[in-house]
Amino acid sequence: MRTILFLVQKEFLQIFRNRTMLPMLLIMPVVQTLLLSFAANYEIKNLALAVVDHDLSPASRQLTAKFSASGYFKVKNTSFDAKEADDAMANDRVDLILEIPAQFERDLVREKEASVSLTANAINATKAGLGMGYAQNIVRDYNTDFARSKVALAAAGTNPAAANRVQAAVDVVYSNWYNPHLDYKTFMVPGILGEIVSLIICFLTALNIVRERELGTIEQLNVTPVQKWQFILGKLLPFWLLSLLVMTVGLTVGKIVFDIPMLGNLGLVFGYTAAFTPCMLGLGFLISNFADSQQQAMFTAWFFLLIFILMCGLFTPVESMPEWAQVLNYLNPVHYFVAFMRLVLLKGADFHDIQTNFFSVVTYAVAVNGLAVWTYKKRV
Amino acid sequence: MTNVKNTITMNNNIISTDHLTKIFGKFTAVNAISFEVRKGEIFGFLGANGAGKTTALKMLTGLLMPTSGVATVAGYDVRKNPDQVKRRIGYMSQKFSLYEDLTVRENIRLFGGIYGLKMTEIRSKTTDLLQKLQLEPEADKLVGSLPLGWKQKLAFSVALLHDPQIVFLDEPTSGVDPITRRQFWELIYEAAAEGVTLMVTTHYMDEAEYCDRVSIMVDGKIEALDTPRAMKAGFQATDMDEVFRKLARGE
Repeated sequence: MRTILFLVQKEFLQIFRNRTMLPMLLIMPVVQTLLLSFAANYEIKNLALAVVDHDLSPASRQLTAKFSASGYFKVKNTSFDAKEADDAMANDRVDLILEIPAQFERDLVREKEASVSLTANAINATKAGLGMGYAQNIVRDYNTDFARSKVALAAAGTNPAAANRVQAAVDVVYSNWYNPHLDYKTFMVPGILGEIVSLIICFLTALNIVRERELGTIEQLNVTPVQKWQFILGKLLPFWLLSLLVMTVGLTVGKIVFDIPMLGNLGLVFGYTAAFTPCMLGLGFLISNFADSQQQAMFTAWFFLLIFILMCGLFTPVESMPEWAQVLNYLNPVHYFVAFMRLVLLKGADFHDIQTNFFSVVTYAVAVNGLAVWTYKKRV
Repeated sequence: MTNVKNTITMNNNIISTDHLTKIFGKFTAVNAISFEVRKGEIFGFLGANGAGKTTALKMLTGLLMPTSGVATVAGYDVRKNPDQVKRRIGYMSQKFSLYEDLTVRENIRLFGGIYGLKMTEIRSKTTDLLQKLQLEPEADKLVGSLPLGWKQKLAFSVALLHDPQIVFLDEPTSGVDPITRRQFWELIYEAAAEGVTLMVTTHYMDEAEYCDRVSIMVDGKIEALDTPRAMKAGFQATDMDEVFRKLARGE
């Protein structure tokens, strides 16, 4: 036990003396939280819209006005020439074309039916999809308004039943729970915190152990009576404590800058973090056993972390991934952490709600550390 | 176990190996070497690069498991009781391996603590060591900022910190200037005078002359083992350099 204290002391001396380590631990989480939370935004505003209005009626103008009033679209181009709008899209000046046919209003009044054409630039599929979604909502909205007013006017007195039918049409009311204003920062920040803690801890552990191997100091320790388990604990303990520090820094930034909700128990957040980071510590340790240089460790760690981060549900929902990818995600520790953070901070989940997640993480930590210890013993 | 220990004490041998062998895949790095090192002697371990010196040393210090054969160090079998062996030996590798980002004092404290010295012992030993090496003004400087010669002397002193019975020195003076090399050998003699056994590998043939006995390894085998004087006589050579060339290169 005394030996471990000496090793931990040595580790902290080295960490706090290292000119790149401390900034990495304190500044990286702050910068990443600030940067990613603002940048990783799924909301698209100010899509450039070209309107080709062949009708020029009050009805068509009303529809155009509805688009520009929505806040999602900026009308960049109005013309009667579809070719001109196409050219604008080809040159990337507009994202979406709304073409209103001649006799739009007449059809709408007479036939109670009219069509408009929407064309999206789908090179950026996400942007196109979202734009189409917004546009369809606006058109649907317009439809309802129009139908309601016209039919109500026309039918007033003569056919009360028809008027009622329209007014009684099913009206969907949306409400977004747990993030009522659909604020993406609220959604992103807890996940990003999970990602950052995972990333930093895994890298630092792997690089630190490999550094000792590069310098030859690990050999010096191996001729002393220091046992392998003592060496390992002496390495992992300091980084485990540092992970809680990184978490504290990240949560503070999240609270101060983004005012993210913290509905759940903060004790649970730290307790879970304490149980989770051994997964990343163990992974870093495992990677170090297969690397002879810090470069090798870096590339290997990056290979895994890139996959982990892209698949963890931070940037794309896990539910929309193919089934095999979802199964693969059981091996992705970061995805547990991101899910946990969102559940506890945004939904106020308690231990009972997250216990499956918790025990998965504990199992993962035991397994990966077991594997790391085993490979370490084989190597030395 | 006790039996073995008694015989060794009686024979006054602190290291003894019997057909000690290490095979890496198809390559036999150390080929059934058998030799003894007597208590308190300075034993030179010579050989060309790749002759198997470092591998042999690693087996004796418990860093590598022998493929076959037996080695007893300070009374313990390196295969069965590596931890007991490690407690009783000191080791200084050819790569400088104190922590360069710790101060002189911090390094001493770390290694003292690892070997289970009490804090009071660590403190008094630190004072002694700094005085002996005249490193007091440098005590709180990072080891990385010291010149190589000082570093090597410090590393050797740290290897002696826990009063080991044997210290293994793997090319301790490579890359060090002649004056520091001489001072380093004075430290070695001093330790030997206090009863510490020293096993030294080296490339410098003049250093071989400083040893009580010398072994020369060629291709994993010990080809010669004797006092430098007897060896020179046997090979009709004027110095160890010539002995080495005759043996290692078959001149």
